[in-house]
Amino acid sequence: MYSEKVMDHFTNPRNVGDIEAADGVGQVGNAKCGDIMKIYLKIENGIILDAKFKTFGCGAAVATSSMATELIIGKTIEEAQKITNKAVMEALDGLPTAKVHCSVLAEEAIAAALLDYRKKNGLATEEEEGCNGCCGSCGSHDLHMHHGLDEENEE
Amino acid sequence: MGEKTIYLDHAATTWTKPEVLEAMIPYFTESFGNASSIYRLGRDNRKAVDAARADIARSLGADPGEIFFTASGSEADNWAIKGAAQARASKGRHLITSAIEHPAVLNVCEYLAKSGFEVTYLPVDADGLVSPDVLKAAMRPDTTLVSIMMANNEIGTIQPISELAAIAKAGGALFHTDAVQAAGNIRVDVRELGVDLLTISGHKFYGPKGIGALYVKKGVKLETLIHGGHQERGKRAGTENVPGIIGMAKALTLATENLESHGEKLLALRQKALAGITSRISHVKLNGHPTTRLPGNLNMSFQYIEGESLLLMLDMKNIAASSGSACTSGSLDPSHVLLAIGLPHEIAHGSLRMSFGDANTEADVDVLLDCLVEIVGKLRHMSPLYESSMN
Repeated sequence: MYSEKVMDHFTNPRNVGDIEAADGVGQVGNAKCGDIMKIYLKIENGIILDAKFKTFGCGAAVATSSMATELIIGKTIEEAQKITNKAVMEALDGLPTAKVHCSVLAEEAIAAALLDYRKKNGLATEEEEGCNGCCGSCGSHDLHMHHGLDEENEE
Repeated sequence: MGEKTIYLDHAATTWTKPEVLEAMIPYFTESFGNASSIYRLGRDNRKAVDAARADIARSLGADPGEIFFTASGSEADNWAIKGAAQARASKGRHLITSAIEHPAVLNVCEYLAKSGFEVTYLPVDADGLVSPDVLKAAMRPDTTLVSIMMANNEIGTIQPISELAAIAKAGGALFHTDAVQAAGNIRVDVRELGVDLLTISGHKFYGPKGIGALYVKKGVKLETLIHGGHQERGKRAGTENVPGIIGMAKALTLATENLESHGEKLLALRQKALAGITSRISHVKLNGHPTTRLPGNLNMSFQYIEGESLLLMLDMKNIAASSGSACTSGSLDPSHVLLAIGLPHEIAHGSLRMSFGDANTEADVDVLLDCLVEIVGKLRHMSPLYESSMN
């Protein structure tokens, strides 16, 4: 059911771990749904020098985390912000329909880590200040909703 | 196939034993006759089907006339529940089942609930047991059927069926039990249990797939599910699956003969695996009743990791098992059984079901334990939940 690329990134995930004194950290998802992604960034002069991740989740969640970190290392912040879930999926030669939400989570995790970086550096807009980039906090980043994939009940 | 697969998913299905297959083969080829035909090719097969029916009845403590063949366990569950509910609809339209039934029961109840029946889903305790007192309290004058599985397919918990059946009987309701996981693994005697309807499925006890049976106690009326020809005494249409029937009878006879030694062997493997996991891996939990459970069933939750990842990594080591995580259930929710015994979602996502069977050895368990230690360690190293639990 998974492509060879997905299995490769699942069995040999790139960039597992954390970064001490990271310039940006973003965590999205929740344990209830079975997926949590945490991405750490090292940023200098607007360029992402390093990215690491920790993920609780299925094979697709691990593989999309791994691929997302690969895609953003060496990119500028602007370039990284443009990376969509589709780009992550394409780089993995596709995902089963039921697993598309994992790629959305990867996109959100990058966005959350970059937002954290902007906040730490006083670059965030006023609107962004009240937001942690995680779906559920305000809904504006809720890509799950846009994809109609969020079956999670608000409690 | 290269390396040997360590198969730990006997609750999903089993292979057909060579002696079972051998008994079936003539009925695919030279003895191909339709059991309803009048000439010898047919008559001989009728005799073979009747003998198989008698064998199955003997294994279950029933009369041959109380055994009806179906194409699967799911069909037998459908027939028992829809058939009883509809046949008794003038008496009442209230049905009782449990929260942890197999989808072949739960989804039938859901279907009936949409067509004018009312269904009560009994909760279970943390070990997965249905309380007789809870059933007693749920019984109503218009309750016509109670359906509670004998042993759970995910956590292996064995229900106090005779006690539950007596309560249903006292309240004027019929009692059905899905014994698909129980048959061939523990003693199943319909008279001892006091049930009116009981489901079995051939491929769970080293028989072929595509064959099941429903025990219908003498005198119990069921509405017909499969309409058509006059097979199965006019109660279930469809040309008899003679090889399947012969195979299921042979398999159940073998299983019944070896029930004790089979049970002891599986129990020893399970306890070895359980002891190894709990001593070598931290933050684990046994799901289901510690002792009142199927001998070959072991269901464990590994905190901070997710079941599908665990299964994929076990598969790479040629170990086949299953999980109750959302990713393997095909929905966003983990197993309804694990939620019903009160597990939080994140613990349910990290569950692993190992169901031991005939081909497993102690050496298999040793390999399993080494692999689990390595894989759980690897996945926890990757998990942000494990990291924050350590802080």
